[in-house]
Amino acid sequence: MTGGVTSAKVSSSALGHAQHVLAENPVTAFAAGLFLFLAVVALLGPAVAPFDPLASDTMAALQAPSLRHLFGTDQLGRDILSRCLVATRLDLGIAAASVALVFVLGGFAGLAAGFFGGWVEALVGRVADTIMAFPLFVLAMGIVAALGNTVPNIVLATAIINFPLYVRVARAETSLRRDAGFVDAARVAGHRDMAVLLRQVAPNIMPIMVVQMSLTMGYAILNAAGLSFIGLGVRPPMPEWGIMVAEGASFIVSGEWWVALFPGATLMVAVFCFNLLGDGLRDIVDPKRRT
Amino acid sequence: MTVLSVEGLSVEFRTRGGTVRALDRVGFTLAAGETLALVGESGSGKSVTAFALLGLLDAAGRVTTGRAVLEGVDLASASPRVMAGIRGRRAAMIFQNPRAALNPIRPIGTQIADVLRRHAGLGRRAAAVQAVAMLRGVGIPDPERRARAYPFDLSGGMCQRVVIAIAVAARPALLIADEPTTGLDVTTQATVMDLLERLAAENGMATLLITHDLALAAERATRIAVMHAGHIVEDADTATLLAHPRHPYTRRLLAATPTGAGVLDDLHSIPGHLPDLRRDDLPPCRYAARCERRVAAYDGPLTWRMLAPGHRVACWNPA
Repeated sequence: MTGGVTSAKVSSSALGHAQHVLAENPVTAFAAGLFLFLAVVALLGPAVAPFDPLASDTMAALQAPSLRHLFGTDQLGRDILSRCLVATRLDLGIAAASVALVFVLGGFAGLAAGFFGGWVEALVGRVADTIMAFPLFVLAMGIVAALGNTVPNIVLATAIINFPLYVRVARAETSLRRDAGFVDAARVAGHRDMAVLLRQVAPNIMPIMVVQMSLTMGYAILNAAGLSFIGLGVRPPMPEWGIMVAEGASFIVSGEWWVALFPGATLMVAVFCFNLLGDGLRDIVDPKRRT
Repeated sequence: MTVLSVEGLSVEFRTRGGTVRALDRVGFTLAAGETLALVGESGSGKSVTAFALLGLLDAAGRVTTGRAVLEGVDLASASPRVMAGIRGRRAAMIFQNPRAALNPIRPIGTQIADVLRRHAGLGRRAAAVQAVAMLRGVGIPDPERRARAYPFDLSGGMCQRVVIAIAVAARPALLIADEPTTGLDVTTQATVMDLLERLAAENGMATLLITHDLALAAERATRIAVMHAGHIVEDADTATLLAHPRHPYTRRLLAATPTGAGVLDDLHSIPGHLPDLRRDDLPPCRYAARCERRVAAYDGPLTWRMLAPGHRVACWNPA
């Protein structure tokens, strides 16, 4: 790199491109805004919550939404809005960590399978097929139940069930480029297979992989919350959307609808945000597949 | 000084339809500073020869016999590790479609720097500086700025210059140019070929020019070897081959090449087509079925005839 002037120029043009793209796609711009909001909430967490998410106040239990408690209070008198906000960091953290993990593992396995073919492809393909042979949520339940009820295991389980998706995309995109002229040219230039794979092919499949990450983020959030909902994930009293929905479910019949509704709505907004963002990114990367 | 010596090189591809005998006992030598043109129609084995030399045949293909000695190393039997060290360093190649040969999403400067870091042992910064110098060396204006350009920012001729810069970055002894100017317009063709000639002269580099364009070969090569269906059928210095072609195929090929003075009606096509190389009963002379000088009596092994020093032909009945 030749200095600061260059990189500043490049980044400003990249920013300009992003601005142009967002102006052309209002829905994507909305999703990006929502994403920024969620990211800020996740980062600030407790700092933006009006109440201590763990502080119970039995005198104020099960209060309907009011100006003081916008989302109402739960059976222990905890402020549901605060718990929803604070849970953002944990839920998004689990989802992001699992997506990052599966991006590295699945992406590399798919790259190797598509590039080398032969037994590597057969091995990776069979592993992916085996994972897909199970109902994925049941598989995730099994993994967490077997390994223990901890956050790293939820991350791992969520990553494993997404593995086949990443392998498929990376393998298909790589095998399209395996015989590209620049791959031959890189071999002719004496680069070893690994260098060709990582420096020539991998950057070319990156855009589609980023789209894949955004699309699976929503699924990963749902999966993490789902595990917690059935009691196999994060444990109470830690604020987490899935648990909060589970805890609130029993109050719906007695009319205290807000206990389950607001965490569920928050979950929905987060998943919705990532799905929109993924669709938007896909349109930007590949306009031909616009739906 | 001989840089490359190929002897009896045979290549087969195993396919579902049978074994394709793509190259059969191909041999030639190439001296430093010399340009040997390998000419022939599509499918005659020109590019297969190049890929076999560099050990880049795809999985179905393999070298069955023969040697290809580059500076004392037999490329046909070298290990993949040795070959990876030779490719780009001692033997380089440029391609027909320069845009496809460049990675579409990386700046061209870093693509040149890759080779310098791999083969010249330069660090990241030194390689980037040297890459700009290489761009200047292949005649790209404003190289500092162009080093940050992407392949789609450049014209086809510019891309070919970049590909050439990558190929010669490590000062190889052998440059294989596979149809280097086919996708370029005529004026760009001339400047690219001039560039190749200049670089070859500066570095004492031997050039193997693969082309179907006999006019280009006539203009640029010191020697021409004519290929047909995996055989080299005639091999001579350029002037001799053009003035006294002896193999019937060479004569046909020359008659099918336009010259400035001729009219279109004077051009002739070559009758018949290449034999199916999957056949088990390929005749010793693979041109026999198309040949107007075929003599029924000859059916033994086909051997080289030396017609003059440096001029040989594989024909029972040369013209």
